[in-house]
Parts: sequence; C-alpha cells; structure tokens
Amino acid sequence: MILAALDAQTLVDAVGLGAVYALMAVGIGLVFGVLRLVNFAYGQLVMAGAYTLAFTAERPVAVSVAACFLVVVALSLAMERAVFRPLRGHSPAVMLVTTFAIAFMLQALALLVDIRDGTIGEPATSVAPLNRAVTVAGVDVRKVTIVAVVVAVVALALLALLLVRTTIGLHMRAAAADFRTARLLGVRANRVIGSAVLLSGLLAATVAVILTVQFPLVTPDFALRDTIVVLVGVVVGGIDRLWTATLGGFTIGFAAGVINGALPTDQTVFLPSAVFALVILVLILRPAGLFAGSRAAGIERV
Amino acid sequence: MSRPVQLLVPAAAVVAVGIGSTFVSRSLEIYFLNSLVSVAIVVAIYVFVGSSGVLSFGQISFVAVGAFAAGVMTVPLESKTGVLPDLFPILRDHTIGNVASLLLAAAVGGALAFVVGLPLMRLSGLAAGIATFAVLEITHNVLREWTKIGPGATTLPLVPETTGALQATIGALVVIAAAFAYRESRPGRLLRATREDAAAAQGVGVNIHRQRLWAFTLSGALAGFAGGLLVHLLGSITTEQVYLELTFLTLAMLVVGGITSLWGAVLGALVVSGLDSFLSEAEQGVDVVLELDLPDGTRLAFLGAIMALVLIVRPSGIIGGREL
Repeated sequence: MILAALDAQTLVDAVGLGAVYALMAVGIGLVFGVLRLVNFAYGQLVMAGAYTLAFTAERPVAVSVAACFLVVVALSLAMERAVFRPLRGHSPAVMLVTTFAIAFMLQALALLVDIRDGTIGEPATSVAPLNRAVTVAGVDVRKVTIVAVVVAVVALALLALLLVRTTIGLHMRAAAADFRTARLLGVRANRVIGSAVLLSGLLAATVAVILTVQFPLVTPDFALRDTIVVLVGVVVGGIDRLWTATLGGFTIGFAAGVINGALPTDQTVFLPSAVFALVILVLILRPAGLFAGSRAAGIERV
Repeated sequence: MSRPVQLLVPAAAVVAVGIGSTFVSRSLEIYFLNSLVSVAIVVAIYVFVGSSGVLSFGQISFVAVGAFAAGVMTVPLESKTGVLPDLFPILRDHTIGNVASLLLAAAVGGALAFVVGLPLMRLSGLAAGIATFAVLEITHNVLREWTKIGPGATTLPLVPETTGALQATIGALVVIAAAFAYRESRPGRLLRATREDAAAAQGVGVNIHRQRLWAFTLSGALAGFAGGLLVHLLGSITTEQVYLELTFLTLAMLVVGGITSLWGAVLGALVVSGLDSFLSEAEQGVDVVLELDLPDGTRLAFLGAIMALVLIVRPSGIIGGREL
C-alpha cells in the first residue's frame, strides 16, 4: 500500500527535504565537532534569517538574501561569543539546556518583534517565485527543490574540500578528534571554533533562504520543528562524526518526506509515535549512532 | 549541616507559600497554588535528574499521564458520556474520589516510568536526552489522538477543582518528603555515587541500571502525583499544557535553583514561578506592583534570558548545588 503510493513526485520532494535537513545536520555537526555542544538554538538562526527575508521583502532579491546571510552569520558569531565561549568545558547537559534557553528566548523575542503589527506571521514574498514548478518527464519539480539539492551537494563538496585540503580544515578535524592534544600541538582554539561557527552560520542562512521559499509565512516557531527532527536524525545517525550526522539528517528528512507523501493524513495520526519509538529502538541498539562503526558502539551505554 | 534542616527549610518555605495564598485575593491565589504544584513537579524531576546526572526531557510525560488519569477519572458520572463519548466503558462508567485519583495518578506515572525506564536507563548523555524527548513526543501524540482514554485534542473540562491551599501544600510536602527520604536512603546514595564517578561506582559493585531505574520510577510516580494536583488545580486541561513549554519551564526552575540539591529544586521552583506569575500578570496589562503592560512573549524572553544567564555565570545554580 505504501509502495504503491510512492511515485516519482513524492521521491523528488523527499530528496529536496532530505537535502535541506542534511545542510542543517552539517551546521549542527560542525559546531558539535569542535565544542561538544549540541546547539538546540540552531533553528532560531534559521528563523532570524527568515524574518530578515520577510522584513526586506520590498528590496531586490539579492539585497534581501545578502541581508539574510549578514544577520544570520552575525547572530551565529554573537551566540558563540556570548554563550558558547563561557560554557566551554562544561558538561554536555549544561550546554544543551543553555542553548534550549537561548532558543526559547530568541523565539519569544521574535514574537515581540512580529506582534507589533497586530498579527503573528510575516509573509516573505520576494523569494517566492523560486517556488514555481518546472515539469520534467511528467514530474513537477519545484525550482527550489533543484536549488536545494544543488546547493546541498555543492556546499557539502566545498566543505569536504575545505576540511581535507586546507590548514584550517585540518585544524578543525584535529580539534574534533581531540581538542586538548590539538591545542598542545599549536591549533588556535578560538580560530578553529570561530571558523566552525562561521561555517555553521553560513549553512543556517542557506537553509533559511530555501525554507522561506517553500514556506513563505514566517512565524516565531519557524524551523523549530525542523530543528528537533534534524537533531533526532543527527543523534540517531551518529553525532560524533560529521558524515554520519549528515547522513542521519538526510535520512530523517527523506523518510519524513516519503511518509508524508505516501500516507493519507487520516492514517498518520500515530505516525510520530511510531517514528519516535523507532528512534528509541535505534538509540538502545546503537547508542553511538546508526551509521557509526561498531567500535564506537557502547560508549554511552551502562 | 544537620540533616533535619535540609528537610525542614524547604518544607517551611512551602508551608509559608501555602499560608500566604489564603491572604491574597482570589485572582492572585491561583499563582501561589500554581507555584506549589511547580515545586512538586520540579522536585519530582530532581529525584531522577539531580540524583543520576542524566538529563531527561521526558519527565513531563509522567505529569501528563498523571494529570489525565486523575482528570478523566474524576469527571462527574452524569456528564462523562457527554464530554468523553469515546471512552472505554470501564473508564466511562466509573468515577473515583479526590485522594484516590491522586494515588491513581502516582501509580500510572510510576508504572509508565518503570516500563519506559527498563530499556531507556541503559542510555547516558545525549542519547538519553534524545530518547527521553522521544518519550515526551510519544506520550503527547498518544494522549492527543487516542480518544478512548481521554479527551484527545480537545479540552478535558469539568474536573473538580479540589487543589486548594491545603491540598497543594500537603501535596508539595509529600513530594518533598519522598524526595528527602529517597536521597537519604541507600539507593539514593548509590545513585549519587554513580553520578560522581560511574566507573568507580561500578567498580565497587553498584548496578547503575537498577539504581537509575528505581529513581526514574519514583520520579515518574511523584511526577504523576504532581500532575494529579495540577489538573485538580486548573479544573480543565489540554495536552498542550503538559508539553514543551512546561518542560522548558520546569527545567528552567531546576537549573536556576541548582540541579543537584533538593533545596535548590524547591527554591528554583518558587523563584521562577513567582517571576513567571509576575510577568504573565504584566503581559495581561494588570498592574501588579508597578503599572506595567508588557507585550506577549516578554515572559518567555525574560525566563530564557535569566536561565541562560544563570547557566553561564553559575552553571551549578543560584545556591551552587549544595544543600543547606
């Protein structure tokens, strides 16, 4: 029954969603790699970018998108300076709860800004034309899906090049493997963390543009749900390594897309339960992640 | 450093708030009682999170099942078929008293926590955080969609409002006393040992899984009980009221007070819920002390900022995670 409803259309949309989630997963995974910090407030960076697009909707698209990148990267760096830096070295639980608090604070601040005109939600119309579809072999492919996939592939390829071919990339990988030893060998902590946060901010801005094209009504809880899903995907995939985290993000996005497209809504009421039960099962069987090697398994299990 | 002080001071604070609630106007009384219920919830979370050091986003699940169990079973028989038509016959045709419903809430919360904890207590760190969050999502999803056990996505109305000053105070005291008794007991000490050094604790023969499961179950039972108090305070409840925002608020209370101490949990709950009450009054434009009219969203923005600030400046809470 599920397979019968799996047409090319659903698959295309699912790949598009998977690509966006993969980008978010990289953004979260990069920061986790160097800081051991799960940034729950990552979605609020995306939300801030989306609001920037909405508030600059009258300007030319290029200006609007540039403003979005500027705001998100600035907020990302500010978050690092004000929150992540003082928390360095604290337990993962404290850091996670702190970013949880930051997320709620930013969301509430967005509500304060948004509510001034009396309604919740701002339309971001300038980037909407990308949402039109082109028909390829009988399948409607929205332009933004193509953009999402292409951007994801290019961004991931560039990132891989950066990590493998440049000195700062080498430093970042060294820091992710063992921060203390890396510092002893002369890796500058602030520069490495700064670069990771900067890259993660750039990815958040990219995601903000892509998501705003697809969902032009920007609300304070924009991307909140997506962040939760991506975080689950990242931990299930294996947060300790960037590629397993990315794969986890893509998989959960792709799965969500397929399931939403394939099942009629009246059959999906208990779907979240089934998905989260599966998440628990994976975590119990492979706490280090679904895609992590067997050597890593058992670390977080008593 | 005498031990009775560590029980008596939190208890005295709760009693003081309970007595205070009888001196204020009807509209302010709800805030006082709400802070007492918050104390019960936060202390319940402290029993597991504080003693084990394992982060759980799932304790509000047990508050939710406790609240709905107590609520559904105390709706008067004559109106039950009207407001809850799809209920299982056994739930529809019976109604129980106030105290019995609180005990039922504790039993349901404890039972669910035990069943969930059996596999989950093998996890630590991030995996535990995500897995317990998954429990919250599943509980919310099931309570919201399954109309045979509750009201589903609609409001559960007509629950007797029996949580007055006396019941709220006694309820909070019961939870504090249970948490204190657990903390002083052998299992409580063993679990704290695993929090400080898991490897060393295992080395001297502590079964981490069993100790965590025991605390998780007790925490679930206390959280369920607190949920019963909550539903009898509000008189009506929806699944959204026992979900993400309550999780955030109660975690904020625990963290602000200091995760590892009972007094911190109580103090954090009272301070943050006092602040929360003040801000939500101000959001509604009522003059509390000063004449304030804050827009919506101020409350959560303030609470988020304060919580982040406390964590950055004093990661172990305002009283530093110590007892009195």
